[in-house]
Amino acid sequence: MKLTKLLMAIAIITTVSFVSCKPKDADIKAAVEAKLNAMPDMIKGATVDVTDGVATLSGECKDDMCKAECEKAAKEVKGVKSVVANFTLPAPPPPAVAPPASLTTTMDAAAQQKVKDGLKDIKGVTVTFEGDKAVLTGDVSKADRMKIMQMLAAAKVKSDVSKLGDKK
Amino acid sequence: MALQEKYAELIQSATTMGVANLAVAEQDGVLHVSGTAKSTADYDALWALYNKIDPSMASGDLMMNIDIKADAGAQLKVTTDSTNLNIRSTPTTEGAIVGKAAHEEIVTLVEKTDDSWWKIKTANGEEGYAYAQYLSPL
Repeated sequence: MKLTKLLMAIAIITTVSFVSCKPKDADIKAAVEAKLNAMPDMIKGATVDVTDGVATLSGECKDDMCKAECEKAAKEVKGVKSVVANFTLPAPPPPAVAPPASLTTTMDAAAQQKVKDGLKDIKGVTVTFEGDKAVLTGDVSKADRMKIMQMLAAAKVKSDVSKLGDKK
Repeated sequence: MALQEKYAELIQSATTMGVANLAVAEQDGVLHVSGTAKSTADYDALWALYNKIDPSMASGDLMMNIDIKADAGAQLKVTTDSTNLNIRSTPTTEGAIVGKAAHEEIVTLVEKTDDSWWKIKTANGEEGYAYAQYLSPL
């Protein structure tokens, strides 16, 4: 009995002393996280995992310089034996899609006036402006229809010609 | 992409004709084709193709912003149906009429103010803005 108790005591003491002689992984993790979070302009969404003193870092670094800095900062934390850096770089911004040159962005007064000017000599057509579109109504000859389409293209406006009928 | 296929013949013709600065882009269900044709004949041919591919041009799925190469000093023919073309003080029908060019008269291009209005000069020296639709570069 005595021997068993003694052995148990030794086991407990050994365990406690073994753990207490070096920083716990959880403490290291907290320390590294605190350090990385102190650099918000460098890294976003930093996560840290520490197992047996090996710190695995991930997150989005703004560039390669930042990766090196973050790795260095983590290594300086007491208890970190080594660092595995799994940083990602930000995704390249999507290419800017320029609107086609043949289109004005707004149906402003000037654009509306251009359409009205162009329709002035074409009989039987009325135009209304709905949102960013010129809506044409009426019956036109084939030749006039082409003129209207050419005029709309030149004025660079969006249009709805579905209500434009053929003159009988 | 489907629209580029629909109008493939037109785009091909524009390329073959040597339309300058030819740009083709599809946006919001509308195909935009822009560029500068070498002549009025090329321009008319492209519009005829458009009319052939999309009968009556009723789909509204093509915005063909092709203009015709014309530099300042170029000769333009007045292509009204039969009437005179008004020459105005400002590039809008609000502008005062400062002169008239007769049907089929030849005038000189001063500047392309925009795609709808051009500044022109007649042989009599009348100068002002006229609606570009009725002017065809020679």
